[in-house]
Amino acid sequence: MNDPMFHTAPKTAGVIAGRVFIHGLLILMVLYFLLPFIVMVLTSLKTMADIRTGNLISWPREFTLDAWRTAWGSACIAVECNGIKVYFWNSVKIVVPAVTISTLIGAANGYVFSKWKFWGSEVLFSLLLLGCFIPFQAILLPMAQTLGKLGLSQSLAGLILVHIIYGLAFTTLFFRNYYVTIPDELVKAARIDGAGFFRIFWKILLPVSTPIFVVCVIWQTTQIWNDFLFGVVFSAGGNQPITVALNNLVNTSTGTKAYNVDMAAAIIAAMPTLLVYIVAGKYFVRGLTAGSVKG
Amino acid sequence: MVSLSIQNIRKSFGSTEVLKGISIDVEPGEFLVLVGPSGCGKSTLLNLIAGLEKITSGEIYIGNHLVNQVSPKDRDIAMVFQSYALYPNMKVRKNISFGLETRKIPKSEIEKTVQKVANMLQIEDLLDRKPAQLSGGQRQRVAMGRALARSPSVFLFDEPLSNLDAKLRVEMRTEIKLLHQRIATTIVYVTHDQIEAMTLADRIAIMKDGIVQQLDTPRNVYENPVNLFVAGFIGSHSMNVVPVRVAKSGQKNCLLMKTNEKTFTIPVDRNRSLLNKWIDRELILGFRPEQISDGFPNQAGNDQIHTIESKVEVIEPTGPDTLVFIRINDKKVACRVHPNAARRPGETMKLMLDLSAAIFFDPDTEEQIS
Repeated sequence: MNDPMFHTAPKTAGVIAGRVFIHGLLILMVLYFLLPFIVMVLTSLKTMADIRTGNLISWPREFTLDAWRTAWGSACIAVECNGIKVYFWNSVKIVVPAVTISTLIGAANGYVFSKWKFWGSEVLFSLLLLGCFIPFQAILLPMAQTLGKLGLSQSLAGLILVHIIYGLAFTTLFFRNYYVTIPDELVKAARIDGAGFFRIFWKILLPVSTPIFVVCVIWQTTQIWNDFLFGVVFSAGGNQPITVALNNLVNTSTGTKAYNVDMAAAIIAAMPTLLVYIVAGKYFVRGLTAGSVKG
Repeated sequence: MVSLSIQNIRKSFGSTEVLKGISIDVEPGEFLVLVGPSGCGKSTLLNLIAGLEKITSGEIYIGNHLVNQVSPKDRDIAMVFQSYALYPNMKVRKNISFGLETRKIPKSEIEKTVQKVANMLQIEDLLDRKPAQLSGGQRQRVAMGRALARSPSVFLFDEPLSNLDAKLRVEMRTEIKLLHQRIATTIVYVTHDQIEAMTLADRIAIMKDGIVQQLDTPRNVYENPVNLFVAGFIGSHSMNVVPVRVAKSGQKNCLLMKTNEKTFTIPVDRNRSLLNKWIDRELILGFRPEQISDGFPNQAGNDQIHTIESKVEVIEPTGPDTLVFIRINDKKVACRVHPNAARRPGETMKLMLDLSAAIFFDPDTEEQIS
């Protein structure tokens, strides 16, 4: 691609036409994919009167953040009329510990499964991987029973525990596959240098694990933040995550449907995962491909 | 007094036995090279010495201590790896000092050691760089520096030059040899490259299929290989091995050789009693390419040197001399001749065969007949 011939190639009319066609098509596709989001944003900024009289993609006659304020602070969900802010913070309280703990345990697991293999570790790893393929629905009942026995039913802590356990299969897989690409000789050298199990983990492997940490954190944050099923089953009332609250908000009907409030709430619910991806997205791609190319 | 003693070591992975009873004693300050084709068990043996893998049976002594149950860090060894295995997140300085820090050596002493080692290997200006910012040769130096810093009683090298390009490999080879002459510490060095083995070693252990085939000085393994495998493995180009029939002609034993020109009956004086047992049978004659040439100094009157004529099949100029390939008893034979004397392919050439250093192998057991 750095070949100067490539850049200075004469542009004939055919080439230009081709470029225009390709870029036009791409822009069209982008618009098509963005359209739902654009509608959401526009609707959330309209007044109800505006929504009733205009159409779906019409430009707002006046911009107002009222719907956002209502969604955040005073919309009615079931019988409470405090908006979705409580539930937003619930989700934060679930995501932060669940992501942190499942990622750290996944890193430790991956370290053992790649660098300290023991008799039967491959079998154990394969069994653990099954966890990636078990559908959520299949474990609802046994999990509910387990949480009941642990005394964690319908609590935030219980929901966090479920997400940690469910996430372990993925985080372990991520870290194991990443550490497999790090030469064993590094561990051997450290052992001869006198470092033990934990010292090698902290001083040698963790410092080079940033890319896979980013992958893991994005993946887990998205999974847990967006989860609806576990949230709706394993939590109740004021302990519910934002996804469940959003559903309840939309389904709570008192008089007319406030589309602008619904849209604002939906965007608020989607914001964190969007932000995480926008901020760390390039590391995500880099981390996913880190294993496949030598760096 | 030995520095390292390996006694009847066996190692199995599951049902495959990769080391089948290895015994080697290494003297203090000796440079031992383990060489062999891939899969011969040489790296496994090194890992066992380092304590990175468990021995199935047998004993390893370092100094006078049985170390079978001793962990790698307490074995008083240091190791240099093929991939260098430098800690990527640490600067060169930290890479060298890491092993000292885990051993809780005082800071001032660590600082002094790092300086000394860096000075010795001329890597002082690299101390504050990360491994990713170094070239292959520099990484190799740092890896050696890390090993040196510990001043262990045995150094283990696992194919340290294999990742370098050809020119750098030759340079580093000389440096390793110089280093060994300076520090005079025992070194066990694994390689698959027989030239490295020949140039570096005090003694070479040639391994195949988990067994040491021959353990001897470079000169002896070259001149006196115990079997056909060693004869073929050591030396570039490898030893010529030709099946020949032994015949009695008067009082003398003779070897019957046929080139694509004519048949020769070549008398041998050496090993008379040995060859007497092989009259009218076929054995394998081994001789080095330099023992069949266009001529030798002082060849007149030497009754061990005989003339052979053959059509030249291929020639390979190497610079100082040219390899001429002919066929004896339907076997390809390399002859090292002076570039001016080499004939072109298809032409007939007269060659001198010096049998004074020839060896004989039993065709069935492939062992040297002695």
